[in-house]
Amino acid sequence: MRHTLSIVVADQPGELSRIVGLFSARGFNIETLSVGQTIDANWSRVTVVTRGDDRTIEQIVKQCERLARVREVIDVTGQPHIEREMALIDVAATPGEMRQEVLSLVGVFRAKVVDISETGMIIEASGNKEKVEAFIELLRPIGIRDVTRTGCIAIGRLSPVTTTNVVQEDESFVI
Amino acid sequence: MSSQTLTVDPVPRSLVQQRPRGAEILIQALVHEGVESIFGYPGGAVLHIYDELWRARDRITHYLVRHEQGAVHMAEGYARASGRVGVALVTSGPGATNALTGIANAYMDSTPIVVITGQVPTRLIGTDAFQEVDTVGITRSCVKHNYLVRDVRDLAPIVHEAFYLARRGRPGPVVIDIPKDVSASQTSYSRLKNITFPCIETSLPPDPSVVQTAATAILKAERPVLYVGGGIVNSGAAHALRVLAEQLKLPVAPTLMGLGGFPSAHSLCLNMLGMHGTYAANMAVAESDLLIAIGVRFDDRVTGKLATFAPNAKVIHIDIDPANVGKNRAPDISLIADARGAIEALHAEILMRESETLQSLKTRERWWTTIRAWQREQPLRFTGSRNQIKPQSVVRSLHRLTNGNALIVTDVGQHQMWAAQFYPFSRARQWITSGGLGAMGFGIPAAIGAQLARRDQLVVAIVGDGGFQMTNQELIVAMQYDLPVKVLIMNNGYLGMVRQWQEMFYERTYSEVDLSVSPDFVKLAEAYGALGIRATKPEELEDVLAKGLSHHGVAVMDVVVSKEENVFPIVPAGGNSRDMIVGIRN
Repeated sequence: MRHTLSIVVADQPGELSRIVGLFSARGFNIETLSVGQTIDANWSRVTVVTRGDDRTIEQIVKQCERLARVREVIDVTGQPHIEREMALIDVAATPGEMRQEVLSLVGVFRAKVVDISETGMIIEASGNKEKVEAFIELLRPIGIRDVTRTGCIAIGRLSPVTTTNVVQEDESFVI
Repeated sequence: MSSQTLTVDPVPRSLVQQRPRGAEILIQALVHEGVESIFGYPGGAVLHIYDELWRARDRITHYLVRHEQGAVHMAEGYARASGRVGVALVTSGPGATNALTGIANAYMDSTPIVVITGQVPTRLIGTDAFQEVDTVGITRSCVKHNYLVRDVRDLAPIVHEAFYLARRGRPGPVVIDIPKDVSASQTSYSRLKNITFPCIETSLPPDPSVVQTAATAILKAERPVLYVGGGIVNSGAAHALRVLAEQLKLPVAPTLMGLGGFPSAHSLCLNMLGMHGTYAANMAVAESDLLIAIGVRFDDRVTGKLATFAPNAKVIHIDIDPANVGKNRAPDISLIADARGAIEALHAEILMRESETLQSLKTRERWWTTIRAWQREQPLRFTGSRNQIKPQSVVRSLHRLTNGNALIVTDVGQHQMWAAQFYPFSRARQWITSGGLGAMGFGIPAAIGAQLARRDQLVVAIVGDGGFQMTNQELIVAMQYDLPVKVLIMNNGYLGMVRQWQEMFYERTYSEVDLSVSPDFVKLAEAYGALGIRATKPEELEDVLAKGLSHHGVAVMDVVVSKEENVFPIVPAGGNSRDMIVGIRN
């Protein structure tokens, strides 16, 4: 099963490689990886999407917790949380019908055109993994020249009971 | 998560005024940590540190090894004999890579050591400078933590934290990599304030409700077995374990690392379990309905095939390292705690349940009847010989001649298993071996470190003729510092354990295991200035051992043993107790 782990680690040289090294040394897989500062500049949050059965995930969490500079490891999968990923997509959409098609998809997916030339467009899209992937699949027939994806980031919901529906709605993109 | 606060003594005023350089701060911090001995080897990147060490030689004694692997093994032998943190000091590049085996060994066997490595000056890091390796990178996967000290102001706090981490929870090695300019640069380093750093605390007191559940399971079990390991030794739980085992007449099966944690000759002791464990210990585990696993990690050399290990047993797993619990075998009850605290809590809980205890003791009689039958059926044994010295008989004789009191250190291989099987241990820290990593060459340097920690004890390194040739250069260290270790070579002219596997599992294809061309170990010992003596016939054995053991200085006893002896019982790798080969049938 797919799990999203949120790891808070000291923002010091080499700490990320400890985490990544642990995954490879113990044969755990990394599907996506994303790192950035927390609100406290001394601490970084590493978001790792990984796959494994419950015991494997438990081992990953425990092994990460053994690292001296890791402050917390949370498997957010089981709790209300928001996950997002961003993609920059270079589409070979030439002026005319193709470009119109891309623009309409951009509208539906609440994406953004961030660069444009005679031969193509760069689109910025964000959402959960499924949304980003659906968008990429729809653009594929038009001709994707390159994609850069950030990998998942996640954060716990503020108040699971009251806000779930509101934010769920925002995430929906029914055509 | 919780914050740990370390309080550190203030640095003397004189240091403040003089603006000490990094090397001096390092020595001062080591002194504050109570370090009296360092095993090391100098080199370019640690010149400042050695300069300062020389000045501080009245406070810290440096032991000059002959190879950096020896330094780290000595630090480990010292740590395991004394329970204190061992310290090694090596230079950058080859110094660090040579130290790596020792660091990995300490990691696998949970030994608290601090290894200080020199590094090229910070401005040269990453330039493939002379004697540069990425020490922090190459040691990362076999340390509890490591540091590259980039600023001299961080040095003292790092040293104190390193010692704390090495000792804390499940002990292990910590590496501090110090660039040459950091050990040279001065700082206004006024006073060390309290060091606070956040970490996930593992040394929690045992959860009372889990203790109750575990006690109930133990009291209800009909065929319980205590499966105990190095955690007993590390946490000083030997006495508590004995009290608990005696309270409920629980059979005790120690692992290789747990030997000495429970007296081998105790009537409740089944002796070692696992690949070369006793028939009774392995059968008891196989038939058990409750495995009380304390300070162990369900290592493959114990479990064999995991799926069929203790197939009918519920498991209570007590360990200080949460990652050990559930890693290989999912426990039914888990207790994350220090072994000693947990055992004492269990004992206290069981004391309050008198009638259940009586009931439990009744069921125990039947279990012991079964176990005694296994013990009678297949005791540890070997076939004697009139012409050849049997390696097992060497260990027996050694035990007799040392009154069972020697501190035994081994290398890795057949002799290690025979020592584990045939030398009954009576106390914790009486047995030091390379367990997890299985590093040949461990024996001699570890014995030297152990001898330094315990000058009051007779330290005997049992080694094979293969392992002896990996680190015998360290014998000169024993000579130099008057550390009178006794080295007993079980010389069979083979890499015996590999040969045994080739005999049993590779149709006797003895590929590259013949060591019959070896130096004359007696002459080699004499070249070091040590006593060198040899026994080749059974009638010479006891005289040679007696002479070597009673020698005041370093002695090397070259005991030529039967060439193709095998270690039995053996559970083939990946097998289970049903595949156990006992060697000799009734």
